[in-house]
Amino acid sequence: MEEEIRLMKGNEAIAHAAIRYGADGYFGYPITPQSEVLETLAELRPWETTGMVVLQAESEVAAINMVYGGAATGKAVMTSSSSPGVSLKQEGISYLAASELPALIVNVMRGGPGLGTIQPSQADYFQATKGGGHGDYHLIVLSPSSVQEMTDFVALGFDLAFKYRTPSMILADGIVGQMMEKVVLPPQRKRRTEAEIREQCPWAATGRGDRKHSNVVTSLELDSAKMEENNLRFQRTYNEIEENEVRFQEYFTEDAEYLIVAFGSVARICLKAIEEARAAGHKIGLLRPITLWPFPKAAIRRLAEQVKGILTVELNAGQMIEDVRLAAGEAAPVEHFGRMGGIVPNPGEVLNALREKFSVEL
Amino acid sequence: MKEEILIAGFGGQGVLSMGKILAYAGLMDNLEVTWMPSYGPEQRGGTANVTVILSDSPISSPVLDTYDTAVVLNQQSLDKFESKVKPGGTLIYDPSGIHHLPTRTDIKVVPVDATEAAIELKNSKTYNMILLGALLKCRPVVDIDAVLRGLKKTLPERHHHLLPLNEQALRKGMEMA
Repeated sequence: MEEEIRLMKGNEAIAHAAIRYGADGYFGYPITPQSEVLETLAELRPWETTGMVVLQAESEVAAINMVYGGAATGKAVMTSSSSPGVSLKQEGISYLAASELPALIVNVMRGGPGLGTIQPSQADYFQATKGGGHGDYHLIVLSPSSVQEMTDFVALGFDLAFKYRTPSMILADGIVGQMMEKVVLPPQRKRRTEAEIREQCPWAATGRGDRKHSNVVTSLELDSAKMEENNLRFQRTYNEIEENEVRFQEYFTEDAEYLIVAFGSVARICLKAIEEARAAGHKIGLLRPITLWPFPKAAIRRLAEQVKGILTVELNAGQMIEDVRLAAGEAAPVEHFGRMGGIVPNPGEVLNALREKFSVEL
Repeated sequence: MKEEILIAGFGGQGVLSMGKILAYAGLMDNLEVTWMPSYGPEQRGGTANVTVILSDSPISSPVLDTYDTAVVLNQQSLDKFESKVKPGGTLIYDPSGIHHLPTRTDIKVVPVDATEAAIELKNSKTYNMILLGALLKCRPVVDIDAVLRGLKKTLPERHHHLLPLNEQALRKGMEMA
């Protein structure tokens, strides 16, 4: 398959991108608003073309453990779900992190807590960026704001996961999952051969072959001294990721007097509000973190020195704001505007929030 | 060029697919497009709406406060969205089942009795294409050929024999507006 321009939903794009990346397996369980991922994969039948396995597991827990098994053999494997389903996966995700296994997890967030609503939300920010499961670990968390990024972040998520041997997550929301946009699908890549996996993943459980030792993939280490060593190694990896993989995008920040920080689809709602404010002569800028972990601390610190105030806009009660406040320090006041329970604010509400929080005359 | 369009009505009236055909037509015309549905537990009979944005430059928000053009197909949607049409914008509505008519005078209000016209065409499923025709007459944002090509893309091949009927419905809608 060549590069191709198509119109599709973000969820469908994830499925197409996984096949075209040359992923080896997808394991999932349906849940709104991301069911189209599994549906599209079932429709495209990649097992007949690339040989990619697609399996509807009996539960979210089963799916993440299938991912664990596949990842342990060096395969490029993934799962997707939405908030309540991702909560169920947390034990498995912690095990993946502790076993230093690459995998891709997609969360198309819906309103919580609990079974909540099926409408868009960003209330899993804490869960995604601060661990989620037990123990000291991080996921690389990518936040797509368009269907194109839903596509591109599949490859990026897998590549980073393999580079650092750690699971990565695409933290999307119901808007980017359900909306259709024009998207450029990448050309088909070949799945790696067994020999390539053996060479590129010397740690993987690929069979002993001519190796002198067996590769054992486990998260269990009863010797505390060794377990601390493991933890120190994980932390070195996380430091390396924080140094090298911070991604963000700035809009209209050069002369900004106020800054909005927002991620995912909400960043685009804010951008529209800023376009309207700019048209009326108000200097407002936007910083959109693309990696939510590692978080773009330095960029926010730099802009905090420049602006009079920062507003975070999130589909939650105020989660990313904690990271923004840590980054900004005393340099600028940071305020929050959010909607919850599946309600999505429109650009006008964002402008209102700027007026209220900072007495900006818009 | 940038056109922000809302289509709203009952589930089952073809609201989402009308938006989809319009979005595909935009794609055919090399425009940037977004199609944002009100997704939810709604089925036939519930309310459904979709925001379609067509633009020759990148599109920021898929979620909007106000619209250049609104196509509303029931009273609830009319009550909800009449005030959201930008001054100077266009409101297209189907008068069947509407008891409280639109009152704004700063927008162009276009009644299109697509229910009646679909009966004349002897196929109730042509309903949304008649309205799409009317929309394109009022706001020629995409070429009718692009719509037909878009339709060919969205319609499964087994339904391609319906393409002439859909074209007829589009043209009828254009005449009515």
